[in-house]
Amino acid sequence: MSFASTQFLVFFAALFLLYYTIPQRHQWKLLLAGSLIFYWFAGWWCLIYIGVTTVTVCLTARKIDSLAQAQEAWFQAHRDTLSKEERKAQKARDKSLRFRWLLACLLLNFGILAVVKYTNFVLGNVNAVLALFGSGQLPAVSMVLPMGISFYTFQTTGYLIDVYWRKVPAQRSLGKFALFATFFPQLIQGPISRYGDLSRTLYGEHPWNAQQIAMGAERVLWGLAKKLIVADRLAIPLRTLVSSPEEYSGVYVLAVIFLYAVQLYADFTGGIDITIGAAQMLGVQVTENFVRPFFSKNAAEYWRRWHITMGTWFRDYLFYPMSVSKPILKLHQRCRNRFGRFGKHVSVHTCSLILWFVTGVWHGASWNFIVWGLLNGIVIIVSQEMEPLYDKFHARFPSLKGSWGWDLVQVLRTFWLMGAIRVLDVYRDVPLTFRQLGSVVTGFRPQVLWDGSFLELGIGAGDWLVAAAGGGAMLVCSLLGRRKPVRERLLDHSPHLAWGGCVLLVLLTLIFGVYGIGFDATQFIYNQF
Amino acid sequence: MEELLSILREIHPDVDFETCTTLIDDQILDSIDIVTLVAEIGDAFDVEVPPEALVPENFNSAKALWAMIQQLDEG
Repeated sequence: MSFASTQFLVFFAALFLLYYTIPQRHQWKLLLAGSLIFYWFAGWWCLIYIGVTTVTVCLTARKIDSLAQAQEAWFQAHRDTLSKEERKAQKARDKSLRFRWLLACLLLNFGILAVVKYTNFVLGNVNAVLALFGSGQLPAVSMVLPMGISFYTFQTTGYLIDVYWRKVPAQRSLGKFALFATFFPQLIQGPISRYGDLSRTLYGEHPWNAQQIAMGAERVLWGLAKKLIVADRLAIPLRTLVSSPEEYSGVYVLAVIFLYAVQLYADFTGGIDITIGAAQMLGVQVTENFVRPFFSKNAAEYWRRWHITMGTWFRDYLFYPMSVSKPILKLHQRCRNRFGRFGKHVSVHTCSLILWFVTGVWHGASWNFIVWGLLNGIVIIVSQEMEPLYDKFHARFPSLKGSWGWDLVQVLRTFWLMGAIRVLDVYRDVPLTFRQLGSVVTGFRPQVLWDGSFLELGIGAGDWLVAAAGGGAMLVCSLLGRRKPVRERLLDHSPHLAWGGCVLLVLLTLIFGVYGIGFDATQFIYNQF
Repeated sequence: MEELLSILREIHPDVDFETCTTLIDDQILDSIDIVTLVAEIGDAFDVEVPPEALVPENFNSAKALWAMIQQLDEG
């Protein structure tokens, strides 16, 4: 059930009306029922996968929490009788016991994710190696990916690690935990919420709040407008441009970089707007996932502002634990003693590359995503290592730093650099992507920009104008929203303005949204991850 | 505490660690600094900093870092 479908509209309207009719203490139960129905629409068999994850994580978290409480009670009772060394050794033994439970559950759930998502990718690569030696081929396995598996696996295992680290208490109610795992607005494309954040409002009683509902509705409609007016309109010329790469090289590749950046932003942030807005209409607060990423001045900043919850998940649950692990700390000591300043960075850069490799793999089972991930890591590492050079440059030209013009140069540089890496998403393989990027230099034909060629990519001048106006509106709202979101500003003026904004967005989406025979609005780009 | 301050000053000579309480919030310490710091703290004070201790509250100031080290050392 896509967010951009009549089916979802009917489902959400019915749930919304019921939500504010039933006694408030039962609202979370209705949300759970709604989430399971929403998930059932993707296929009843998907419920088995999410059910296994929900039950195993919930029970393991309870076990770890109970163990921790019992260990703590024993520790406090015997604290005075133990020496410092004995206390440390006892804590290490206790932690090791809890870690075994954690590890077993993580292996099970990441094992399920690995099998359903990567089996055919591994088989394909094994077959490629076998073909080199003229050996027989392994048959591909027929396997359908359960909806949202990457997202709910990360969200629930993040919770489990938080319980293990004693950052949050275990949720004792299986029903309430199942709601955390399946909460339908964020099930298919995130954000990847933390239990400590989402649980604050997920299980509470929510009375009717016209102001919150108006703001949520406006955000849902804004998300739909971005998706249907901009993202889906730009998908048409993009399909043409990437399906015949030989025909569309040179300056067309710059167009792919630019258009895909706008399309993906409109599609993904549009989906997240619907998620956060729908949750807000139900009184639930979901974490923000974007903060104007295209205004970033370097790659590291970009990744702090794009798909934030994924970035922080990898940072907290993979990068930091890996960086302070014994092997990495030993590597740090060896490199520091041998190579000096750069040596101190070797261990961190090693962890960064592993992190970005895993981030690439998480995005999809293909070499395109793996290379995409590694390139992001390399750009960030190179940028960190060049900092002394930047410092020298700014010492030579002190007036540049912080100036409007230099900021703009940095923003544009980051936009195009990240965009060039991002097109690995859209071309069919890695060599083709690099050939296409190379053709920008070798086959640059700027005349296609004004000879009408862009009017033959599947949409006419009117559609280009609508897409440009939509993109412009996104840019203006983004700029205006730096201090306060536009919808809150409208509400500050008058509630009528806020509702007027809703009506305007509905009308604009109905008039300018991309519909019609042969058009498929069922899939958001990030659903596939 | 003085040993910790000298470790911090070696990483960022330009920062006044005795007064600054926003080392993470203001992005003065980045990921490289944090991992370097954990390794140096481990060497100097013979403590293991677990991943769950890598939170802004523990790294925002030298005072908070010192409190974390003492807590880890106590067991």
